[in-house]
Amino acid sequence: MATLWFLLVALMLVAYVVLDGFDLGIGAIYKWVARTPDERALVRRSIGPVWDANEVWLLAAGGTLYFSFPQLYASSFSGFYLPLMLALWLLIGRALGLELRGHFDHDLVAEACDSIFMVSSLLLTVILGAALGNVIRGVPLDADGYFFLPLWTNFRPGPDPGVLDWYTVLCGVVALCALVTHGAHYLALRSTGAVNVRARRLGHTGARLLPLVTLASLVATLIVRPAVSHNFLEHPAGLLLPAAVAASLVAMELAARRDRERLAFWASGVYLVAMLGGAAFALYPVLLPDSSDATRSLTILTASTGSYAMRVALTWWFVALALVIGSFLYLYRTFRGKLSIGSGEGGH
Amino acid sequence: MDSALVVHRLHFAFTATFHYLFPQLTMGLAPLIVVCKVLAVRRPGRGYAEAARLLGRLFALNFVFGVVTGVPMEFQFGTNWARFSRFAGGVIGQTLAMEGMFAFFLESTFLGLFLFGEKRLSPRAHLLSAVAVFLGSWLSGYFIVATDAWMQHPVGYTLAPDGSVQLTSLAALLTNRWAFWQYLHTMGGAAVTGAVATAGLGAYYRLRAKPGDDARTSTALLRVGVFAAALASLWQLFPSGDSQGRLVAQNQPATLAAMEGLFTTQPGAPLVLIGQPNTDERRIDNTLEVPAALSMLTYRRWNAQVTGLDAFPLDEHPDNIGLLYYSYHLMVGLGTLFLALMGVALLWLLRGRLLESRALLWALVLAVPLPYIANTAGWITAEIGRQPWLVYGLMRTAAGTSSRVSAGNGLFSLIGFMGLYVVLSVAFVLLVARTVARGAEEASPTPNPGPRAGGAAVAAE
Repeated sequence: MATLWFLLVALMLVAYVVLDGFDLGIGAIYKWVARTPDERALVRRSIGPVWDANEVWLLAAGGTLYFSFPQLYASSFSGFYLPLMLALWLLIGRALGLELRGHFDHDLVAEACDSIFMVSSLLLTVILGAALGNVIRGVPLDADGYFFLPLWTNFRPGPDPGVLDWYTVLCGVVALCALVTHGAHYLALRSTGAVNVRARRLGHTGARLLPLVTLASLVATLIVRPAVSHNFLEHPAGLLLPAAVAASLVAMELAARRDRERLAFWASGVYLVAMLGGAAFALYPVLLPDSSDATRSLTILTASTGSYAMRVALTWWFVALALVIGSFLYLYRTFRGKLSIGSGEGGH
Repeated sequence: MDSALVVHRLHFAFTATFHYLFPQLTMGLAPLIVVCKVLAVRRPGRGYAEAARLLGRLFALNFVFGVVTGVPMEFQFGTNWARFSRFAGGVIGQTLAMEGMFAFFLESTFLGLFLFGEKRLSPRAHLLSAVAVFLGSWLSGYFIVATDAWMQHPVGYTLAPDGSVQLTSLAALLTNRWAFWQYLHTMGGAAVTGAVATAGLGAYYRLRAKPGDDARTSTALLRVGVFAAALASLWQLFPSGDSQGRLVAQNQPATLAAMEGLFTTQPGAPLVLIGQPNTDERRIDNTLEVPAALSMLTYRRWNAQVTGLDAFPLDEHPDNIGLLYYSYHLMVGLGTLFLALMGVALLWLLRGRLLESRALLWALVLAVPLPYIANTAGWITAEIGRQPWLVYGLMRTAAGTSSRVSAGNGLFSLIGFMGLYVVLSVAFVLLVARTVARGAEEASPTPNPGPRAGGAAVAAE
């Protein structure tokens, strides 16, 4: 039962990264990819109706994690206190930069909103990647299963780690590359004109860069935490995930070269799913590893709630998921197709 | 209290109080917008369509602020209250997850459709997406209140060997009697905020109108606002406030005693209307009280014995009796004021004299901030009243904080939130002022007031 909820929480986090990932990635390149006010309005319209619903996957994943693995929620949220607070402020800044921009009739305020939206989107992608890096590297858990990480110590993933060290920063860079590429592919799919040209060009550059950073992160992960190979050696079927990563990279490059926008977007989606799936596969059954003593690590058995709660939640959770999928299909179907400058649709 | 505990409590209190300024208006306005839209169809040309459009704009603006200030709330259970989360997460995580999976998704997907979908959706689908956002926000309210209600009155759980609580009945958690009345009282409070704001907006437009101006929009706002505010104010005192109060009396007697400023157990206990609690001398100074009324209200008998604070050991007293007493009295006092003001306004409206009574219109404008104070005071009453317990009878507040997050780190983010929320407040006030001013320009006749103009116009920036 705990394994099932491990899978479901992982699924929700993957859905979050794939969906909110593209609007975060678009945010990170917003002012570069769109130069004139009209172009910026076009980019905002491409994500305006969907970004908030995408972000809810994070909140819903948080809630699901909360009741299924309360100890993990308690330990990780208090231990990563400082980066989480920064992430909250960035989430607030990003949402307001995007949503309030259209409400002010003032060029300077609009300019400030644009910059806030872009910078906070960019930093959020780096924080998301660094967060995953922290979970893979492990944290110094105390006897009660708690910890507290400073933002940085000596930038080394050793016995006294900080949130930022060379490994987690590398993970942040990988996340930035991956989500910018993903966002560029989405934007290319939804846009026309100069924005479309720039997005396609950036998507192609990203597709060429990703194999390099992916390989670098793989090597670094094996150095920092050799134990990640354990599950793959025990169950070679898991190697399908890195194979999917490689296949998606090839597909992305071929699609980008031939301007197959939809295929390129799907390829970057598969890339994200396979990368995160690989990380989850490598971790299982550990939820949060201890950086020095493996017996202290939080696992799905030590951190989960009672069996009644997990069983009864299945009854409503799948009903809710079906409703969510239905409303997402309706939302994305309503706002499909290419946007062009001056098509004059409402919205912020 | 050690300083980390103070910081964590302030952290949650500050962010929660600021957050709730926004949803109380959106939850209160949502049904009024629907009413205006329906009236716009049944009585076209009477200003209801314009009223719905204006309220829709205020709703959308508030909604954005409500969403962004709401995100930190769920996080803080883990960041600042880790030991509480580990203790109770298996129970309250359930309602919080339900809120995310049912309410947040409903709200956010249909808000996107509502704001951006005017051209892509049929009028009917567009109206339905407005209704879906409304349902989502009221559903969200229920799951949050059910979570708080469990902390006030825990049900459906068992204590596990590792010291945490585990859920034994989801049905019990969702049908908690405390949640039922607390929800009705909370939603009634939101309705008061929305209705008083609507009436105040109409009164403001009416006051600044020049002779010969079109008065249809302001009249529509006043009619809907005053009717709803009178109804909601009555509902807040009876039955919802009365029932909530008696639940407190039955289940949290020490809290009731502190709220009412009753230091000694006595039959025929008086109801203190005004007075300052003197906690050192254990009495109320300068009292104005109604003899035996507290006994009557609580037990429906004039001479019933009501338990005072002296019946409880000191470590079970709420730790801030003064704040609890004042916030409760502020809430009830303001509630009484709303009932009186809205009763008079309704009477004048029915006799056709409200539009000409400048004094009454002024009172309606000045009343707009008061429900915010009453709602905030109500939440302070509920949460300070629960002290010293975090989960009533099960876990003390001091035992629930994040043990590894120091006072200094807590203060870092508290100060950060304060700074950020100052910026948010300024932006919010500017935008509301702009929306209200723009509404005044449009209150003069519009060329084509279609019945569906309501919320749809929100999307037009």
